[in-house]
Amino acid sequence: MAAGAASGGSATTDTYKEARTWLLLPAWVTLTILTLAPVGMMLIYSFLTKEFRGGVIWEFSLAAYDQFFFDRGLFGDDPAKIEWTYILIFWRSIWQAGAATILSLVIGFPTAYFIATRPESQRPIWVFLITIPYWVNLLIRTVSMKFLLRDNGPFNDFLLSIGLIDSPITIVNTNFAVQLGLFYSYLPFMVLPIYAAVERYNFSLSEAAADLYATKWVALRRILLPAVKPGVIAGCILVFVPSMGSFLAPDLLGGAKNFMIGSLIEEQFKGNAGNWPFGAAASMILLTMVLILLMAYARQQAKAENAEG
Amino acid sequence: MSNKEQIAIDVRGAVKRYGDFTALKKISLSIMDNEFFTLLGPSGCGKTTLLRMIAGFEDVTEGAIFLYGDEIENLPPYERPVNTVFQNYALFPHMTILDNVAFGLEMRGASKADARTRAGEMLELVQLSQFSARKPSQLSGGQQQRVALARALAPKPKVLLLDEPLSALDLKLRKAMQLELKHLQRETGITFIFVTHDQEEALTMSDRIAVMSAGEMQQLGSPTDIYERPRNMFVADFIGETNLLEVSVDNIAEGRAVCHLGGGHELTCNEVEGIGVGSKVHLSIRPERLFMSDEPAEGESLKGRVKENIFVGTDITTIVDLADGPDFIVRTSNSDRGNKRIFEPGTEMYVNMELGAARLLVD
Repeated sequence: MAAGAASGGSATTDTYKEARTWLLLPAWVTLTILTLAPVGMMLIYSFLTKEFRGGVIWEFSLAAYDQFFFDRGLFGDDPAKIEWTYILIFWRSIWQAGAATILSLVIGFPTAYFIATRPESQRPIWVFLITIPYWVNLLIRTVSMKFLLRDNGPFNDFLLSIGLIDSPITIVNTNFAVQLGLFYSYLPFMVLPIYAAVERYNFSLSEAAADLYATKWVALRRILLPAVKPGVIAGCILVFVPSMGSFLAPDLLGGAKNFMIGSLIEEQFKGNAGNWPFGAAASMILLTMVLILLMAYARQQAKAENAEG
Repeated sequence: MSNKEQIAIDVRGAVKRYGDFTALKKISLSIMDNEFFTLLGPSGCGKTTLLRMIAGFEDVTEGAIFLYGDEIENLPPYERPVNTVFQNYALFPHMTILDNVAFGLEMRGASKADARTRAGEMLELVQLSQFSARKPSQLSGGQQQRVALARALAPKPKVLLLDEPLSALDLKLRKAMQLELKHLQRETGITFIFVTHDQEEALTMSDRIAVMSAGEMQQLGSPTDIYERPRNMFVADFIGETNLLEVSVDNIAEGRAVCHLGGGHELTCNEVEGIGVGSKVHLSIRPERLFMSDEPAEGESLKGRVKENIFVGTDITTIVDLADGPDFIVRTSNSDRGNKRIFEPGTEMYVNMELGAARLLVD
């Protein structure tokens, strides 16, 4: 094609342009139909009126957002008070997702570092091993985890048998169980970007730091961490964002008390009891929150870079 | 501290093995205080391994290393008062030039302000003050090189290790940096250990050179020693250009050895210990020690025919075909053209030399 472009006139240029249009089509389809359109639909639904058997009535309404933030009593005619139920669920989601992210980071970073520092020929095997558990369906993994962790499950049996504890510790139906579930669901999303960053890291920088009297710990903190920061941040975002909206782990491992935003949204669309506009509104609020967090981070990052440069 | 007789680095029987492969075979050498010492050899000869063992990046399989009398081979790199200039500079990309240079000082306990003041002075020394707020990626290769140098010198190391620091620079810059490094070494009085595969660089800069090959030290001596009196074939071949000829020793008398070159040619040179009558050995003659003439000289002389003249700027290289013998390379300096003659290709002439220009080599 390069030879054609060199020798030919406008005809080849046109062919080239046409080819480019077609080749770019998958990208446009992904961006519009698969990304923007669903979000747009969700946005529209959140401003419609609910139909009692599920679905919507095409009538503009702010009721969904009103229900999320304000309490107007059982019959809807009391003076508006702030509705804390959903805000609390939201807050719990952030907290749980944050804890799961930190857990993933604490376990995932050393794992990624370990893999990236193996001989080059061994690394693909380690990466492969990390991903193997994820070939099993998430639901099955989460249910299995519940069985493993319950009061008379193998985990407690083991701790009892080695005499570490006298009576089973309750893990299932606690916040910690949810964090553990989320951590296990999304760990590879933490490990893989950090692995990619550490693999690209020039280890002679760590040697230079050691040469200049930095202990291993200081070299890690002052030289390696800043260099692999983009990978760490990517990992944190990839774990935090899906954890926020997750409903499997909270439902199965958390019980009714540890309700998260994902479960709230899920319920609105399940069966006939749901409230589509409310579910859509909660989704939009979740999306907005995440976007605000990411933008705040990006801005702070840009500022830090300007200040340094 | 500047005691001339003091040993800065003493390597005693250092061995480095990687599994079955032996990278260093029992190296022992003493590097003196205030010396510009060079480890010279082709890639894979073990010179960088030895440097990294002194720095602390490689374990010593056997043997010991002493730094001003203290045994250091078991200390981690951050506890050894030596600093390294790395081949790829290894500047910290996220830090400014100033912070790069201040890093080592800070790690040694200087306050941030003190470290930065000292670092500023170091940058002045390498003439890079105006770049102190920049990031390494914004500097050219030569500038990065000087930052690496300033960073390694800032904590005032007892010994500075330089791992092929000039190999990434272009020729002109490299020559300038060679001089700058030499001056810096004299000014600071710090012992420099310099690793290079470039023999010209080694000859230009060093007080002493250790020539290495295949994990072994081939010769240790001053640049003149190594150039004029190579101990073996490897050194003669590796350092500079030379005519290496296979000869058989016919006769030895009064300290002189008569060697047979083949084709009826004979040369007399100084006797070398370990080479007896009848041995087949190599002989090295530097091309610049030869001159051409119409007539045979009183000393040593070989008859031949000019094959080709090659102009190489400062010199003219002439390839001479000895009748029934090997080819010879003769170098004539362009500045010498008044005294020395250049012959047209095809001309019959004599290649003359002083006694002692040819040197027998232990293989």
